[in-house]
Amino acid sequence: MTHQFPALSPEQKKALSDIAQRIVASGKGILAADESVGTMGNRLQRINVENTEENRRAFREILFSSDASINKSIGGVILFHETLYQKDSTGKPFPAIIKEKGIVVGIKLDAGTAPLAGTNGETTIQGLDKLSERCAQYKKDGADFGKWRAVLKISSTTPSQLAIQENANTLARYASICQQNGLVPIVEPEVLPDGDHDLQRCQYVTEKVLAAVYKALNDHHVYLEGTLLKPNMVTAGHSCPKKYTPQDVAAATVTTLLRTVPAAVPGICFLSGGQSEEEASLNLNAMNQSPLPKPWKLTFSYGRALQASALAAWLGKSENKKAAQEAFCKRAQINSLACRGQYVTSGKTDAAAMQSLFTASYTY
Amino acid sequence: VGSMAKRLNQIGVENTEENRRLYRQILFSADSRVKKCIGGGIFFHETMYQKADDGTPFVQMIKDKGIVVGIKVDKGVVPLAGTDGETTTQGLDGLSERCAQYKKDGADFAKWRCVLKISDNTPSALAIMENANVLARYASICQQNGIVPIVEPEILPDGDHDLKRCQYVTEKVLAAVYKALSDHHVYLEGTLLKPNMVTPGHSCPTKYSPEEIAMATVTALRRTVPPAVPGVTFLSGGQSEEEASINLNAINTCPLVRPWALTFSYGRALQASALSAWRGQRDNANAATEEFVKRAEVNGLAALGKYEGSGDDSGAAGQSLYVANHAY
Repeated sequence: MTHQFPALSPEQKKALSDIAQRIVASGKGILAADESVGTMGNRLQRINVENTEENRRAFREILFSSDASINKSIGGVILFHETLYQKDSTGKPFPAIIKEKGIVVGIKLDAGTAPLAGTNGETTIQGLDKLSERCAQYKKDGADFGKWRAVLKISSTTPSQLAIQENANTLARYASICQQNGLVPIVEPEVLPDGDHDLQRCQYVTEKVLAAVYKALNDHHVYLEGTLLKPNMVTAGHSCPKKYTPQDVAAATVTTLLRTVPAAVPGICFLSGGQSEEEASLNLNAMNQSPLPKPWKLTFSYGRALQASALAAWLGKSENKKAAQEAFCKRAQINSLACRGQYVTSGKTDAAAMQSLFTASYTY
Repeated sequence: VGSMAKRLNQIGVENTEENRRLYRQILFSADSRVKKCIGGGIFFHETMYQKADDGTPFVQMIKDKGIVVGIKVDKGVVPLAGTDGETTTQGLDGLSERCAQYKKDGADFAKWRCVLKISDNTPSALAIMENANVLARYASICQQNGIVPIVEPEILPDGDHDLKRCQYVTEKVLAAVYKALSDHHVYLEGTLLKPNMVTPGHSCPTKYSPEEIAMATVTALRRTVPPAVPGVTFLSGGQSEEEASINLNAINTCPLVRPWALTFSYGRALQASALSAWRGQRDNANAATEEFVKRAEVNGLAALGKYEGSGDDSGAAGQSLYVANHAY
């Protein structure tokens, strides 16, 4: 370890860095449309739509065929494996449609959680087997970034040292393999919002987790300028009796990031983690208005918080396509403003936007 | 005392307590011009309790200029058995009580120097981990006593390695340091970092420009030092006075985003000309103080990226201050 064996050539580094910069270019964030089959099932069930491949395809088509101006708010889209190989109704592959709009295509790479024996219900993430070959193929098929979600939970005994260290290590292995194959790794160490802990507790845990993640990335020789971080915002647990403002959330979150995330990381794209669409936008906005210094972009990588209104407008009916697209574009624009700290709420928001999207112990 | 001996020896002055006192008096008598460029002064234990000719304690002279007083608290290096000549640093015993006393006596920050070396076998994983851990323990204890810890993980410039090698090692060392600080619950906003600049080894045949040094240094810091750290105060590590200023200036004009203040914590690179001018003669005291103020102002400009260089590499300012395997 005292010898330097460069993991990447200067050309490889530049290519990765360029991709990362494009994804988080000013005012842009990520649409996380990579729900697995099972998770998509949950979403469709809420609007009484059957979970068929065609329905999943149809809904994604609605999102991806939105007007090209969506590229002012969306820099990247994360897809699930199935979706990467689906086409629109004219037979055009989804990656092509997305890329045509100047948006970068990403692919979910993890294979879900696996239990850590001897812990209090904690997990690690699978998916490292043959990951390099899979990355190479996805790169050929149009992807330029990857995503891998690790999950940690707060309770009186968790997260344990083992869970933190093991998840940090697998994230670093995944990131290293991605970069070897020209994919920018989005590193996602999600600390779940489940529980009744307060804001301070979440801040403490998030600081410990992120410190471990960046030590692991360093140990594994990952090129930070060619990565993105997808963390939870620092919030109180879902059943915490105390309420906090977006400014509280912003101050706690930015402070945590300042203490743990090196300035070399180009962008931090928050997950929405069960917050309502409006909450997720207000919190992101407050962060970008925070007087604390912010040497990285602070943007979004939202799934539920970008799609809830669109799903509610669609209801599985093709005649609702335009309404669904408008709902989606509206949320995208709002979040783009939030990236710049320029979102001013109208004071009235519709039911879908305010609805909490919390699902206990959320798995994709 | 030992390091001061080397300095005084170079100008033919005997290493007595009185000479050490006279010399520090020259520095601390600098006029108010230093207020703009010197924010802190690090003392050795003996110096904390010395006074000027008129009986004013040095600590008070410094504080009267609005400068923060700091104290060196480590007790030097000790060998790590089973390694290739590597060391850790001692000084943790009774450190809390010592910090409390120093705080009472006027110190508001402290310094602790760890040393790592680059060679085919070093720094080893043990050396990196052990030095990072001891730095974190020291930092934690300081903060418990109201003292800001300056964290100094120096990677020596000895060797023929190139710039890239130094950068690689510096990144590994700093990553370990900040993980240890996190593990020990150290409050980063109340610390400072005193690292080496990223430079080639002293006997490296390839020459690099200040801009290359700046780029390598800032890149290494951006990859490892959390933005919560308010300032990075570079050690000069044997660079000449002029080199240390030119490099600091290049660092402050580097086009990369730098979320911390990037400034200096210089010993030799602030004092060489002053020592040379003094040569132990009382009559030279004012001239010596003037040399010191000059270097301080130059580095003040360099810390803002506004120093244009002297254009003149001769004399004391251009002379390499490299001492092999430097120990304080």
